[in-house]
Amino acid sequence: MSKQEFLAQLKVKLSGLPKAEVEEHLAFYSEMIDDRMEEGQTEEDALSDIGSVDDIAKQIIADIPLLKIAKERMTPKRRLKVWEVVLLALGSPIWLSLGVAAIAVLLSLYIALCAVVVSVWAAFVSLVGCGVGGVIGGTVLAATGNAPAGGFLIGAGFVSAGLAVLLFFGCKSATKSIFWLTKKYVLSIKKCLIKKENTL
Amino acid sequence: MDIQLKRGLLDVCVLAAIKNEESYGYKMLKDMKPYLEMSESTLYTILKRLELSKLLTVRTAEHGGRLRKYYKITPAGLARIEDFKSEWREVMSIYRFVTKEDGACE
Repeated sequence: MSKQEFLAQLKVKLSGLPKAEVEEHLAFYSEMIDDRMEEGQTEEDALSDIGSVDDIAKQIIADIPLLKIAKERMTPKRRLKVWEVVLLALGSPIWLSLGVAAIAVLLSLYIALCAVVVSVWAAFVSLVGCGVGGVIGGTVLAATGNAPAGGFLIGAGFVSAGLAVLLFFGCKSATKSIFWLTKKYVLSIKKCLIKKENTL
Repeated sequence: MDIQLKRGLLDVCVLAAIKNEESYGYKMLKDMKPYLEMSESTLYTILKRLELSKLLTVRTAEHGGRLRKYYKITPAGLARIEDFKSEWREVMSIYRFVTKEDGACE
């Protein structure tokens, strides 16, 4: 592959991004390749040093905020013709509601997942409460003369506390996976937006 | 390593690469190489971030019939390095305590 081919491929992969930004990335990599060749590396070595176009494009897309890509997608590449504007306006009851529904579905799925995590944490907090309450209540009961009930309550308290400790690890990994999922989710939306641009 | 910590470290590393004189992308990577391998795309992101927070300035100049971007540290950038040094003196002293063979019982 030559430097020109490398830059051309990168340009295609980044075509969903704002134009000025794409140019800046291309200039950056062009300079990097030129500087390596100036030092005596061959074009081939310089390119293999820099890495694959796919990896670079992936990293660039991951680093760009989702909003920026979405905004770029929303702005038309050319001025719309009058009849297109009219059609868009007339069709808005349909495409607008469909679009909103699609976004709502995606969002609600995500919120549902987050809610699961929140509820697991809530269960954890309530178990801690049971544990502390059980031990204190049991001690009070035992001290006021009802030893068997008090002992039972203290035992139940300890069981709750033990469960809480176990659940804590579950909570932690659930939270971790939701963060991981968020990242994946955003990345796939970005990829989806950019891919569409490439096929147009 | 904690991602926030690593990001801060890499920022300072890039600033240190232009601490004494302005430099360009490839030279910065070369200067950092004995200490840390950084990919081009990582460097790009960091340079952008540092430029936005005004810790460095960028100028484009001609070099050998093509354009090259040169990065220069600002007083705020130098201050950032100083902050880093004083923070890490503290961290290093904690590190020495943590790794001390016989712990706190002397």
